[in-house]
Amino acid sequence: MYRIRFHGRGGQGMKTASRILGSAFFLEGFDVQDAPRYGAERRGAPIFAYVRASRQAINERGVIHHPDLVVVADDSLVPVPAAAVLQGLDAHTVTLINSHTSAADWQQRLNLAGPVLILPATEEAEDRAELPFVGTTCAAAAARLVGVISRDALAEAIRTELGALGSQLVEKNTEAALQAYDLMEPHAGTVTEGKAHSASGYARPDWIGMTVEDVDLAAPSIHAAATSVEVKTGLWRTLRPVIDYDRCSRCWWVCSTFCPDSAIAVDADGRPDIDYDHCKGCLICVAKCPPHAIEAIPEHLAQAAEETNA
Amino acid sequence: MTRTLLTGNAAAAWGARLASVDYVPAFPITPQTEIIETLAAWLDRDEMPGRLVMLESEHSMITAAGAAATSGVRVFTATSSQGLLYGMEMVYTVAGWRAPFVMVNVSRGLASPLTLEPDHTDIMAARDSGFLQIHCASCQEVLDSVLIAYRLAEDHRVRLPVIVNLDGFYLSFTREPVEIPEADAVSRFLPPFDAESTRFSASAPTSQAVAVLSGTPYSYFRYECHLAAQNAITVYDEAAAVFASVFGRHHEAVEAYRSEDADIVFVMIGSFATKAREAVDRLREAGQAVGLVRPRLLRPYPAEQLLRLLAGKRGVAVIDQNLSMGMGGVLHTELSAALYGKPGAPAVLLSFIGGLGGRDITPEEFYEIAAVTRQAAEDGVVPPPRLLYSRDEHREVTKLQAIAHTERNELESKP
Repeated sequence: MYRIRFHGRGGQGMKTASRILGSAFFLEGFDVQDAPRYGAERRGAPIFAYVRASRQAINERGVIHHPDLVVVADDSLVPVPAAAVLQGLDAHTVTLINSHTSAADWQQRLNLAGPVLILPATEEAEDRAELPFVGTTCAAAAARLVGVISRDALAEAIRTELGALGSQLVEKNTEAALQAYDLMEPHAGTVTEGKAHSASGYARPDWIGMTVEDVDLAAPSIHAAATSVEVKTGLWRTLRPVIDYDRCSRCWWVCSTFCPDSAIAVDADGRPDIDYDHCKGCLICVAKCPPHAIEAIPEHLAQAAEETNA
Repeated sequence: MTRTLLTGNAAAAWGARLASVDYVPAFPITPQTEIIETLAAWLDRDEMPGRLVMLESEHSMITAAGAAATSGVRVFTATSSQGLLYGMEMVYTVAGWRAPFVMVNVSRGLASPLTLEPDHTDIMAARDSGFLQIHCASCQEVLDSVLIAYRLAEDHRVRLPVIVNLDGFYLSFTREPVEIPEADAVSRFLPPFDAESTRFSASAPTSQAVAVLSGTPYSYFRYECHLAAQNAITVYDEAAAVFASVFGRHHEAVEAYRSEDADIVFVMIGSFATKAREAVDRLREAGQAVGLVRPRLLRPYPAEQLLRLLAGKRGVAVIDQNLSMGMGGVLHTELSAALYGKPGAPAVLLSFIGGLGGRDITPEEFYEIAAVTRQAAEDGVVPPPRLLYSRDEHREVTKLQAIAHTERNELESKP
């Protein structure tokens, strides 16, 4: 059975990636299970999705503990414990990272037992009409790495999953996907099916006997105020909204009202200021700004510019 | 017949569509919302007839479902977890009306603390209501069970509402290959709803009311409800047999997987049971005679089938994905009651609690459950109930508690 995990941020299309890969396997005659896993959060929050594919009926369910392939759409997730990108990786696991950093650097940083491959991160288009297709390219690269999915099956899977979005988007996604598919050509078949979990000589679970503890400890209460201030959700951002104050009309209420995270404050003169510690990069302000004074800039470019300026 | 990839939620919506439901009272809740969104989209595009009405709460939604069902239309609705509990007053009430309709519950653990992930404590809260319960282990079963549920609910010998239960995430958001039956095959299995005596008509206004009653008539009506629920064992078996003849898929009231020659048997419900099926295959490869017995039908309780399937086994491990506070696992309690004093009852019946709030159950844990159960059978001593919980997990919670403690101290030290 193939067991594949996709890690990314809400909005990057990891669920869609798992569905494209799932459909492609299905078209090739495999039994398939694909599913996303996420919490109550929205755009920018770490999410993952997974695909199982087998020639036999699939009885396994839920989170994949020992993946054959891990695809990471956003390399900033690698060190985030909650994202659990590195969970269960062994010598058999191939790790594919969408990154500007080299495979050798990632291998050196993480000391992984299995191979690391890089899907060169595309420069996110600054024109918001052009989406970077991260999910589709991740799915396509995975499809090539397993070596059992044809170009035609991949293209058909993209039509199946994205057809409702219109033919233009399907075409663009297919083009980006096939490029990623061809890019992985030298590594075709690198990812192979993992074994079943044998019941002979298994590692016994380290169960404990739960004991009753004092209610002050054992009740799930949080006795602290303003914890949302402490959590820097700005770290989730892949695109940064930047205000052009020359164009800003000081209308004062549109961007700040529509911001779902109350991350835009307006001073007495009507000047909006974005709190980048808590802006998740949902870009609703970009869409809502009447004089189009807010631009979206790839976060890693914005950070690089900050470092240069510093 | 088309085999396609569907989530459990989409499969539930397909079940409602193929059952040609007339009316869908709705209210959103994670992880159920995709069901009503799917139906709303189809209704909006005229791909299916019928009406969907958004109510202001699950309490009203279930009231509307019961009222519509007694007025002679086929009703479908869906909820989950906190929503099911919010509507609980009416869950009991409409079952007492003998209103036949189908409600899908997407299982999700109950607050507090809050979770979005599944366990069965929510659906166990509806256990004693008069709603019948079918528990699904795959997306295909979800679609098929909705169709079977209408036959069951509308049967003259039963006339009770039915809950079809599926696990959040593990089924609701998981796509699997599902065969979508052709409409004409469905019409051979499921005839149009005949409301019989309960039909209402717009031109002939009438009212249906339930009186306040003393113990004597009250007992009569409540016990009649119970007996009708028990009738549903036979009616379910008939429906499942017809279903198999029309569609070729078998959904017996109790699934027996490699249990016939097994000496150790797992008993559990829901989608995690497929994990047990996988573990059974691996344990068989390792030379162990282990099987799985999985009730699909939980209300009415298939006591006779369970006794027949478990008689003579050396040991049985019940894995409960629910928790009755101060008692333990509900399935273990009920199976103990069903087997007590019966000839051939297994000597040891062990209780394991696992999968609360979506916590996984690993293959190694199933292997260990089999080993512990085998040991108990050899020793003749039943160990106390076991929560599936590792030292590492406890360490993780201790870490959270330490952080909370530090923050609390910081807060209290502030002026």
